[in-house]
Amino acid sequence: MIELTIDKKKVRVEPGTTILKAARQVGVEIPTLCHFELCDMGIENKPGGCRICVVEVEGRRNLQPSCITEVQEGMVIKTHNVRVLNARTTVLKLIISDHPFDCLVCAKSGECELQSLATQFGIRSLPYEGEQSHYRKDTSPSIIRDVDKCIMCRRCEMMCNDVQTVGALAAVNRGFMSVVAPAFEMNLVDSPCTYCGQCVSVCPTGALTEVDHTNDIIRALSDPTKTVVVQTAPAVRAALGEEFGLPPGALVTGKMTAALRELGFDYVFDTDFSADLTIMEEGTELLQRIRRHLAGDSTVRLPILTSCCPGWVNFFEHNFPDLLDVPSTAKSPQQMFGAIAKSWFAEKIGVDRKDLVVVSIMPCLAKKYECQRDEFKTDGNPDVDFSISTRELAAFIKQANIDFLNLPDEDFDDPMGESTGAGVIFGNTGGVIEAACRTAYELHTGRSLEKVDFHALRGMEGIRSATVDFDGLQLNIGIAHGLGNARKLLDEVRAGTSQYHAIEIMACPGGCIGGGGQPYHHGHSEILAQRAAALYTEDERKTIRKSHQNPSIVRLYDEFLGHPGSQKAHNLLHTEYFPKSNEVSIHLNGHNGQ
Amino acid sequence: MNGIKTLADLKRKQEEVKSRIDLRNRAENPDSLVQVKVAMATCGIASGAKEVMEYFVEELDKRRIDAVVTQTGCMGYCFAEPTVEITLPGKEPMVFGYVNARKADEIIERYIKEGELVDGIIPRNYNTI
Amino acid sequence: MSKYNTHLLVCAGTGCHSSESNLVYEMLRDEVMRKGLDKTVQIIRTGCFGFCEKGPILKILPDNTFYTQVKPTDAREIIDEHVIKGRKVTRLLYADPETNSPILNSTQMSFYKKQLRVALRNCGAIDPENIDESIARDAYQALGKVLLEYTPQETIDVIKQSGLRGRGGAGFSTGLKWELTARNESTQKYVVCNADEGDPGAFMDRSILEGDPHVILEAMAICGFCIGANKGLIYIRAEYPMAIKRLKIAISQAKEYGLMGERIFDSDFSFDITLKYGAGAFVCGEETALIHSMEGKRGEPSNKPPYPAQSGYLGKPTCVNNVETFANVPVIILKGADWFSSIGTAKSKGTKVFALAGKINNVGLIEVPMGTTLREIIYEIGGGIKNGKKFKAVQTGGPSGGCLTEKHLDTPIDYESLAAAGSMMGSGGMIVLDEDDCMVSVAKFYLDFIVEESCGKCVPCRIGNKRLYETLDRITVGKGKPEDIEKLKNLCSVIKDTSLCGLGQTSPNPVLSTLNNFMEEYHEHVYEKKCRSGKCRSLLYYVISEEECIGCMACKRVCPTHAISGEKKEVHQINQEICIKCGACMEKCQFDAIHLQNDYPKVTAII
Repeated sequence: MIELTIDKKKVRVEPGTTILKAARQVGVEIPTLCHFELCDMGIENKPGGCRICVVEVEGRRNLQPSCITEVQEGMVIKTHNVRVLNARTTVLKLIISDHPFDCLVCAKSGECELQSLATQFGIRSLPYEGEQSHYRKDTSPSIIRDVDKCIMCRRCEMMCNDVQTVGALAAVNRGFMSVVAPAFEMNLVDSPCTYCGQCVSVCPTGALTEVDHTNDIIRALSDPTKTVVVQTAPAVRAALGEEFGLPPGALVTGKMTAALRELGFDYVFDTDFSADLTIMEEGTELLQRIRRHLAGDSTVRLPILTSCCPGWVNFFEHNFPDLLDVPSTAKSPQQMFGAIAKSWFAEKIGVDRKDLVVVSIMPCLAKKYECQRDEFKTDGNPDVDFSISTRELAAFIKQANIDFLNLPDEDFDDPMGESTGAGVIFGNTGGVIEAACRTAYELHTGRSLEKVDFHALRGMEGIRSATVDFDGLQLNIGIAHGLGNARKLLDEVRAGTSQYHAIEIMACPGGCIGGGGQPYHHGHSEILAQRAAALYTEDERKTIRKSHQNPSIVRLYDEFLGHPGSQKAHNLLHTEYFPKSNEVSIHLNGHNGQ
Repeated sequence: MNGIKTLADLKRKQEEVKSRIDLRNRAENPDSLVQVKVAMATCGIASGAKEVMEYFVEELDKRRIDAVVTQTGCMGYCFAEPTVEITLPGKEPMVFGYVNARKADEIIERYIKEGELVDGIIPRNYNTI
Repeated sequence: MSKYNTHLLVCAGTGCHSSESNLVYEMLRDEVMRKGLDKTVQIIRTGCFGFCEKGPILKILPDNTFYTQVKPTDAREIIDEHVIKGRKVTRLLYADPETNSPILNSTQMSFYKKQLRVALRNCGAIDPENIDESIARDAYQALGKVLLEYTPQETIDVIKQSGLRGRGGAGFSTGLKWELTARNESTQKYVVCNADEGDPGAFMDRSILEGDPHVILEAMAICGFCIGANKGLIYIRAEYPMAIKRLKIAISQAKEYGLMGERIFDSDFSFDITLKYGAGAFVCGEETALIHSMEGKRGEPSNKPPYPAQSGYLGKPTCVNNVETFANVPVIILKGADWFSSIGTAKSKGTKVFALAGKINNVGLIEVPMGTTLREIIYEIGGGIKNGKKFKAVQTGGPSGGCLTEKHLDTPIDYESLAAAGSMMGSGGMIVLDEDDCMVSVAKFYLDFIVEESCGKCVPCRIGNKRLYETLDRITVGKGKPEDIEKLKNLCSVIKDTSLCGLGQTSPNPVLSTLNNFMEEYHEHVYEKKCRSGKCRSLLYYVISEEECIGCMACKRVCPTHAISGEKKEVHQINQEICIKCGACMEKCQFDAIHLQNDYPKVTAII
């Protein structure tokens, strides 16, 4: 143990601890900006670039950044003397001097960490006038880059490269013109970006935000010729409350349903319904592949990979174009919902698909891109018209002056609002494969599964594996969340060394509960754990916890689809994948942006 | 060239190639060396200055005397060619006339090595550049 | 073997090469062949003589004739007159700047008299593309000695005892650095030679690499032996093509001789060197940035610790030394630590190479013992200030250094004294300024460089230096405000205090040292809108002389901003608030009535 003094307080810490963390142990909170941590996931960003967290260490010539400087025996540290405070304030003023002053209209206002620091430091004047850097705004289907607001904290770069191994964003240029951008400052759409949105979820300022579709939805809602249907993804109900001051992990399913109805949606449905549907299709595909494999068919591709996550789909299309036949062909729950809503349900209520607007509320930014994919359109009309994030929904509710906290709990509409506990846990890492196991077990063995909780599949470790016993059939399951972890499992598949029969992959750390469209967690990883726990609670509260027992799903097959894997199911619920090149295509002059 | 495997190999190689740059090493400290200037104008060459110069170069080297041998223009003592100017460290230059191999040998052995004066000194009447 | 009695040394350094020294070489060779002298006259292309201002240089041995600015067309005369007839070509001889008389023997040149060439000892003396010439000058003897006679620790001890310190700027003990790297256990370690010389106007390292590449290879191998590394990397900027070419030749020749590669001198020690090219970013001279660049990452520094000695190239223990540091190593091994430590001052041993430039008579590359005073360098080696102007300051240490003044002239130069005077050793840039230089503009020049070259990683350097530059720029165009000076001071101290790497931490030095030593010039710029040197164009004023002006209205008519007033046959006046200093009036005036002055004109009553 190492003993040191911080602001006259003695503290004993493990060797290798940073000054920042040692200070926290004695209740000294040193302000930080570029530093970012999701400690439960081993994710940390500490380039030491912002210099906001500098402290004075006796005997050292310069001020030291507390987020990266490790403690040493006998250190005497001052975190708030005149020298330190003057340095921090000066540095902060410098950052602000190269930052737009449009806080009033910034998407990040209120959530901006730079803004909070300016408030905390009491910045009242800008002594450093001078040139501000200007860059072209870059809009992709999911993410807007307004890099005038980039403060070079490099969090997005760390997420995109170290955690996700996507490699779309990195610091480019030098000196004052340094900025984080795709290579050659090309547009995000031309980059290997997967739209996972993890860059957005860690950006401290308004440099990276989502494309906002709220106004499109308002327009649809106020159009009397349109019937507007909304679906809400599982992870949304576990996080939306945070935007209204509720503690993380507060389940607001009922209030959310009420609010959506209040906003004017004609039918409030649940993506959990189509999650159950996904299990029917994906589970069946899994069993088929395994049975063929057991029967000695050497052409069958195993492991089967889940395909619910659009960020993940983009990732393997970019990085594993040689393995496109490995993932399940099942569409994601969002798209299955859209396909069924604009066929079965549209027929039911007698509305032409052109007049039916399907809106999704997602914890995800890649869903915005997914619903715009050409293969999910019929005659140019998309199965899902607009996808908005949890954050956009919260803003919409606030904008509509709905008193969210005092709303009564309401239920989803029928028939596409009915779901099981299996559909709910889709929002957690490990949830999809657990839901699949519940159904596949019963379909395979023909016997009822007594213990539905597969605890071995749960948790927050980046890569997990478990063997599930299907009455003698030992199924090896792999789970990865975060695309960097996914890459490791995929490299094994490519090398032919993978031991798994099935692998679940979610692009975001923690799964959808940690999605790029969720309320900002500002690095508090316990928030993710609380959201995950909330979904398991909702699962437990459900009386039906296996997808194939969802009465509406049973009805859907009876009335419309036939059986899982039928030709109709195939046409509506399955898709194919397209190789995407990671080769750089450079568009000069930036004329193709905006 | 086969590989240099020992320090002795390296030293041997150095001996072998040293002559390439001996002159340069010596020129760095000309004041501490014997300087021999051979007048090599037409008159000098006609009376054998070239051979004298070669003799000096080879013999000084053979007899391990650190010296710099250079050629110079006509010193104006055409009657006494070949003429040679010798400067010993710290001494005034001396000019010798009618130098041939035998005379050169005597100059090396007696004047350069021992500092004794030998016959044939011509009084210098100007400074060369 | 033929015996050459005359050696013609033609400088083939980058400086002389660019003024056609290669043609001089070819013409001399042709001429020698034509006259049948090729058995007695040897022509060698060497590294830099240091006297770059007067290149191409031709030195003739054994009589130490130093010809400057030799043109290819001079070749015939040199061979005919000098080599054949022994008559020096007076017009090409270097002339003493004081007396203007030609100097017959280069050892008599004041430029060389005070110099002690240790790191540069072979530059200008050997053909860098011929390993034999290096071997003749003791190359690889030190390597052989340590491999066969010393343990790594004994070798490290010699380097430590010698007192050698890093020549890249910071002056860390080289022996200690080796020892620290040696102590870190690892199956793979690396020796890195930092040849990313980036200071404006500095070319010390380039000259060593071009003139004596084997000394670097040998020293790197010695370092590898000491720290337990079998791999060396030279990080060299791609815009040093000649140095790269000569290093490549040297590496292949050394391999051919068995002096590089597997089991050198039949010992257990193997060592290999590869080149890594940099794109010429200044910050990549910082060792962590250099390592990141070699790894293919963005060239930006990272926090220390971990030091490269712990975790460097590819995460392995790495020893990074600068070219000039390495150039001292073999000679220390051969001549001993005591010999080396007898040169220099108490804490700074040995010599230092400087690139002497600016308003000085002898511009070039010099090497002097530590402890030499600035006065000796400027007035004896440098031959004094050009055109008899008055000395104002000398800038040392490049963009990380500062300006020293008259009062520092007699300070013996070493790491500590330069730092105490507000500058630093740096890698060895030395720029002499005279009375015509504006110190605010000098500070602005360096800040401009820093703003260009900052990696952009940390806020104080990325934005702080930009704001410093902008403030200085405002001051030089007459828009400085009184509070700007305090702002500059605070910003400088915060940038120094909070920047991530050594380059950022020293970047305000040019501003701080000029603020300290030339505050009155800042005040003049800010309060009087005056630049005493006349360098700041915005602070020059066009005025019309009452005596000369005949009131012809010509200037008034051409003035694009109608700044000139005055009726016909009356003396005109220029309104300084409106004047944009285009100079049209001065050009138009046929009576020389309009002139420039650097004092803000007193306003006489306008009629």
